[in-house]
Amino acid sequence: MASIDPALSDRTDGEPTLAGRERVGIWVLGLVAAATWIGVAALIELWPEIIPQPYGRELAIISLVFALALVVVAAAGRLLGAAASTTRYYGPWFVAAAFVVAGWEIVTAKTGLLPVPFFSSPQSILEVFFDDWSRLGMSVGYSVLLLAKGYFFGALAGFATGVTIGWSRTASYWVHPLLRLIGPLPATAWLPLAFFIFPTSGSASVFLIALATAFPVTILTWSGIASVNRDYYDIARTLGAKPSFLILKVAIPAALPHVFVGLFMGLGTSFAVLVVAEMLGVKAGLGWYLQWAQGWAAYNNMYAALLVMALMCSGLITILFRVRDWTLSWQKGLVRW
Amino acid sequence: MVALATNQAAVFAAAGQKIDIENVFHQFELEGEPLPVLDGIDFSVEPGSFIALLGPSGCGKSTLLRLLAGLDHPTKGDLKVDGENVGDPDPSRIMVFQDPTLFPWRTVWDNVALGLEARGIVKKSRQRVDDAIQLVGLGGFDKAYPHQLSGGMAQRVALARALVNEPRLLLLDEPLGKLDSLTRLTMQTELVGLWQRAGLTAVLVTHDVEEALFLTQRVLVFGPRPARIVADIEVDLPYPRHRGDPRLAELRREALGHLGLAATW
Repeated sequence: MASIDPALSDRTDGEPTLAGRERVGIWVLGLVAAATWIGVAALIELWPEIIPQPYGRELAIISLVFALALVVVAAAGRLLGAAASTTRYYGPWFVAAAFVVAGWEIVTAKTGLLPVPFFSSPQSILEVFFDDWSRLGMSVGYSVLLLAKGYFFGALAGFATGVTIGWSRTASYWVHPLLRLIGPLPATAWLPLAFFIFPTSGSASVFLIALATAFPVTILTWSGIASVNRDYYDIARTLGAKPSFLILKVAIPAALPHVFVGLFMGLGTSFAVLVVAEMLGVKAGLGWYLQWAQGWAAYNNMYAALLVMALMCSGLITILFRVRDWTLSWQKGLVRW
Repeated sequence: MVALATNQAAVFAAAGQKIDIENVFHQFELEGEPLPVLDGIDFSVEPGSFIALLGPSGCGKSTLLRLLAGLDHPTKGDLKVDGENVGDPDPSRIMVFQDPTLFPWRTVWDNVALGLEARGIVKKSRQRVDDAIQLVGLGGFDKAYPHQLSGGMAQRVALARALVNEPRLLLLDEPLGKLDSLTRLTMQTELVGLWQRAGLTAVLVTHDVEEALFLTQRVLVFGPRPARIVADIEVDLPYPRHRGDPRLAELRREALGHLGLAATW
């Protein structure tokens, strides 16, 4: 039996240890973080507001609940498993966040240093979530649905085009100049034309998002296919592989790391097009919500919508990275999102 | 390091192929200029024998191997295997490269199964894959990915990937060239064992004189490019061989002489 390679035994150790995982007993930093959040709650509750705002008490309660959760994690140690070690890893962030919220609270609601309609206090953003959650939620739903349609068709078309021009010289000869001409054009430049040509603003938006997604996916898939180690093909051919096997089982798997970079870049550009399309065409979604909030000078709603949009985009990218990590689990040294 | 299972021999009982190379010329195009690589190569190999093509780096011996595999076609001349001209690559003739070139997205098992999968017979032949992995001493590593293997282990997987197809001609392109010297010595012994059990014809390309003489029955020495055969040395020693055998030292002097390096020995 051959001796086990050290690289293999490395794997059983699992993840590189997150800070604090090895520590046993009370988590002191967690108690400090809890104390700062109790401080935030006290500040909100006890310091009178310069302009009375609703939901101050709710915000104080949320801060207290957060502090309580930190105390539980600090005391329970490793009993809570992975969730606890993640919480411990972000300990310094919780302390910093408490100071940021406190500072924000002071310069807005408590002293009014920042002018009121343009800068919202934490509780006025909370107010939006409490009072307008149904419209916000619907907007997220519309946005995700529109993005999903456009991204799906764009990624599919980009992948197919990339594989075709990566594989076939003839296809590359004809498609490459078109790609060079049209690809760099921002998808938003098609907007007026698309809304004119397509029967509905919805289908026009799907087209624009698909276009924005397809370009990076095409280029990266193509470069992935083109940079496949030639020896892989020689090996497969000597083993009796047919062209279809070479494409499906050699070229495409070998190109996948590149394809995922393309999918990531495509997702980024598709967000930009999504927001513009919603602001100018489709009367739904987060882009429209922002526009609507601006129309009513509802800056609180705008901040809330921006926050939700950030969470949505970040969440979608997280999902993409999870899919990639799962698909490319054979690679070592993957970048984490 | 690895004790090879001897009861696997029956699995790989295909007979070796006969090779006839008749007056082969080959040239590449390099920036519009023809670059001759092979210049009138002419020899035959008996079925089931183990020969070495020995020569300086870049002399064209690997090109000859690619022609035999069917990956390229000669500019002039005929390469015949079992009396028939070599056409496209065929799983009966398998090449093992200097780099193991395993597919990094496939586990050891899936890498070994590659040829069977390409021919659509992997479902019927799962046992053959297991046997081939056992044969090269990597049992238990089925689910490992290539980046988890050492160089020697990866090259063993590459050998198993070739042997699972029951090739009748094994084309070895400096397969041990990138291994550390200890692993290399072990693998040399293993290669002889594999060849003896499998009963196939094996052609080894190498620029290592000792390796060629220790492993094979016949050493064809190539001159610098464009390559011609400058010597045909028969290694008249039975297996298992001993590295310190005085006859090997004698043959080494002869081979180095043909390579223009006699003064160093």
